[in-house]
This record gives sequence, structure tokens and C-alpha cells, in this order.
Amino acid sequence: MKERYVDRLSRTDRDVILTLVPEGVTVLDLGCGDCSLLAELAAKRKIRGTGVDIRGDQLVDGLAHGFNVYQGDLDEGLADFPDNAYDYVIMNQTLQVVKNPLLVLTEMLRIGRFGIVGFPNFAQWRLRSGLFFGGRAPKSPALPFEWYDTPNIRVLSIRDFFDYCHRQSIQVTQERYLMAGRWLRRAPVTVTNLLAHIGLFVITRK
Amino acid sequence: MDRNSVGIVTPQKFTFGSAEDPMVLESGRTLGPVEIVYETYGRPDAERSNAILICHALSGNHHAAGYHDPHDPQTGWWDTMIGPGKAFDTRRYWVICANIIGGCKGSTGPLSIDPATGTPYGVNFPIVTVGDMVEAQKRLVDHLGITRLYSIAGGSMGGFQVLEWALRYPQMVRSAICIASAARLSAQAIAFNSVGRSAITRDPEWKAGAYNGKGPEHGLATARMVGHITYLSEMLLDSKFGRRLQSASRLSYNFATEFAIESYLNHKGSAFTQRFDANSYLYITKAMDYFDISRSYGPLKEAFAQVTARCLFVSYSSDWLFPTSQTKEMVRALLCNGKPVSFIEIDSPYGHDAFLVEVEKLSRIVTGFLSGVPQEVAP
Repeated sequence: MKERYVDRLSRTDRDVILTLVPEGVTVLDLGCGDCSLLAELAAKRKIRGTGVDIRGDQLVDGLAHGFNVYQGDLDEGLADFPDNAYDYVIMNQTLQVVKNPLLVLTEMLRIGRFGIVGFPNFAQWRLRSGLFFGGRAPKSPALPFEWYDTPNIRVLSIRDFFDYCHRQSIQVTQERYLMAGRWLRRAPVTVTNLLAHIGLFVITRK
Repeated sequence: MDRNSVGIVTPQKFTFGSAEDPMVLESGRTLGPVEIVYETYGRPDAERSNAILICHALSGNHHAAGYHDPHDPQTGWWDTMIGPGKAFDTRRYWVICANIIGGCKGSTGPLSIDPATGTPYGVNFPIVTVGDMVEAQKRLVDHLGITRLYSIAGGSMGGFQVLEWALRYPQMVRSAICIASAARLSAQAIAFNSVGRSAITRDPEWKAGAYNGKGPEHGLATARMVGHITYLSEMLLDSKFGRRLQSASRLSYNFATEFAIESYLNHKGSAFTQRFDANSYLYITKAMDYFDISRSYGPLKEAFAQVTARCLFVSYSSDWLFPTSQTKEMVRALLCNGKPVSFIEIDSPYGHDAFLVEVEKLSRIVTGFLSGVPQEVAP
């Protein structure tokens, strides 16, 4: 099967996340799947971690790696987890698929000191032009789905995210953008909002 | 006999205490001597560090895997989980299962002879608790030369024993697997146990517990019928039996056993009387009713602060006797204490019985968990 562009992207996401997580911290990975990100973080950054996913069958691999796993629905919140239980809470490529993103973001920063959030930028120029010139619901290599089968039910841009953080007194401490196949550390939001396929942010409470 | 079976097994016996030096029970009463019948599968390693204790539920016993007789096809109650290459892999682990005290399969219980009278205890047997059952298991584990269990696992009332072990002897439990269980028996479950006990004690053949021979078979069968309903889900009853009639094609207009579900429950009830003692049923259900971690160890959050084992909790989506919410209550209490705990809910139509019948998913989970126990990547 041909490798999907998004899968390749998520591979490079991982390399970036590895650089954002300090050595030896505790990590909660939301939407962890088979805990392969945690496994990589454990191997390279010596983290200790827990994985959360709604799919119990995926979590079995995490158990075998020695991680704690918790089967749960992010849309129901994470009330079973106490405040400040982890150093980092990671939610990569998951924000756009949850029904209740505000609850999830609030929970992230309640449970963790820092959050790492990665999501596709729906204001990227290809999507804009597809909508403007083609008159079609947005599609791109990073968002290859049709309107009827997309798991991405929350459509947000990088500017939307910054606005939200500002209103909620959330501080963005680090930012990374995937633009034209390369990851950039920093650029004006007018540029990133137009050119970035993916934004990846480290956030914390102000 | 399948290749993944532990093969022929022979139960063993261990006796401790005596009439002069008896075991002191939680109630304050004493019991002695105490006999424990148990089986082991696989081999201990040099340090005896690979032992896994399996705890059985209400109607289970020490015969968890393999065969007793080459001509008897009946295997142990968790044979699908225990054996070479299975979840509790007997090539790696030394697996032990003991009959609980108060039971009727060889360990000291109401059927045993009271040394004071020379006749069976009957209802003169002291009330035992889950704590007492664990205390007796602890004596066995000491006797076997085990200082720390690699793991301990059980479902339903077996899960109660797992929790009791993790709280009572935290330093002896490296990991714990608690399946379809709870921190206390719910009012609803006590209610069903109470109906079962009523059925037994109101049977004239019970004779205030002093029956000889068959005893209150009707009462015990009725108790089992009620119990069995609580082990299954509505969905399963519907798909397996529906409103189907057992043999006739038209209604009989009398009170004979008519629906397939009636016939099934009758069969389950009467089969149970062939293998279980009515007084023992009273004692064990009472022990379940008394189980309440908060009563013994304080509020869950405080109680679980002393747990050091890596814990795995499994629940089943259609289990209404020990629902997922009761499992999550324990998971939350452990998470609050920053304890290493995992939780998975298995999607299953089989109700509470799922832990015995639907083992494929459980096997994968347990296999993964046990292999991950030695790793130190969990916070």
C-alpha cells in the first residue's frame, strides 16, 4: 500500500516532538494508539509515560512496552486523572477530531504543566484556494479526506489557535511549523497561517 | 488433550494451625487446623520469583487448568488462560491456584470435620471474610517459599482477593490483575446474594444447616438460577434464547418448563447442586457481601496509597453486576495517588461471565501486561 502523506508527516512530527520533550520527564499521551510515540520518547528521552486511547485493542502493545494505559474517551474529559500529575501532556493530531476540544485543552493543562498540541492548519493556502477557486470543501495532502468521511470535525487555523490561547490566558512557549516540507521554529503568524500545513505548540498556563 | 494444556495435574494439600494454635479470623473466632488444597502449573525459577497466584470466584475452585483424569475431558475453570503459550504462560511462570477457605472442594469449610465434635461444621463453621481467605493463601505462599509474587490475578470475587492482597501485603505483590471486580460489593449484588441465601435457608431440607447428604437441593438450585441471570447480559439472553420455546411449537397453558431460557436455568441450577455445597454457598456469598475496602482500609483514595504493585484493571462493557463504573472508581483512586495503573474495558456481550468465556482479548491484555511488568517506564 502506498504510504500516505499524512503518515509521513506524522513521522516527522515525532522527530520534532522528541526535540520538545526534556529528558526524564513524565508524559501523558492522549490518543496514543499503540504507544509507539511513548516508546520512542522512553528510548530517546528517558521519559516515563501513560497512554490514553479510546481503542482498547491498540493499548495492548503499550502494556507490553511496560507503559500504563488507560482506555477512555477524550470527549468525556479525563476526570480520573488528578491535577498536575504529569510534566507533559501530548495531544498530536487529535485536537481536530474531538467533539469537545475546549474541554480537552482545559484538561490537558489541568493534568500537565505543559501541553504539546499538533494540528493541521485549515487556513493553509491550498485549502483556501481549493475553497475559493474550486468551490470544494478543503482537501490537501495533509487533509486527504472527503467531506463525508473526514475524521476532522474541528476546522481551525493557526491564527484561531493563537486567539484561543490569548483569550484563555494560555502561554505558547514554543512553536514549530511544517512549511514546504521543512520544520521552522518561528515566523510571523501572517506567514505561518498561510503556508504551514501543520502547527505544533508547547503551551502552559500563564 | 491439546498440546497447550498443562496436562494431568494432581491437587496438593497444605495444613497449618491446630486446635491449640488456631488461625484467628477477622470476626475474632478461631479455626484450626486449616487445610488448603491447591494446584501448581509450570515450574518455580531458582529464586521463586516467577510465581503467579490465581484467585477463584464464588463457584470456582483450585482446579484452574489441565485435567485430573486422562479419561475425563473436563478441564480446569481457566484452562483457556493457563498453559504453555497461553496468557499465564506455564513455560515462564509458576502458576498457583488454591481453593478458598469456606469452600467445598477440599479446603477447610462447612463440610470439613469440626475437631471439637467429630462431625461436619455445617453452620457452626465460623464466618470467613475475603481477608481471611487471603490470610490462608498467605500461609500457603510462605510455605511454598515465595517472598514476592510476580503477579496475582482473579475475576469477580477473585478480584476481591487480588485487591486484599495488594493492600494487606503490598511488599509481596509485584503486579496485580483485577478483572470484572469492585472495591466493595454493591447493594444490588448483595440483594441478589440475599435472594440466593433465602432460597437455601427456606428450603425445609436445609434443616438449619444440619442436613445430611443431599440437603437443600431446590434452594441451592434456585440460588444458582438467580446468580446465573446476574452473570449474563440482557443482550446475550435475547440472542441466545429469545422467547424460543424449548421443545413445543405452541404454548402449553400450564406451569411446566416451557421457554428455552427456563430450561437452561433449570439445567444450570440442578447441575450446580451436583458440585456445590449449600452451606458453603451461604458462607462465600456472605464473605462477598462483607467485602468493602473502605470499611477495612478507609476511603479508597487513602486506602490505595499503600499499594505498590503495578495494577491492571479490566472490565466488560455488558457486565451489570460489576459495572465498569465500579472498576473506574478504583482506577481513579490509584491515579490520584500517582500509582502505576492501567485500565481497559473489553467490549463484550457476555456480561459478568465474560471473564470466563471470552478470553481471546483478555489473553492479549494479560500477556502484554505480564511481559511489561519488569520494565520501568511507567511513572
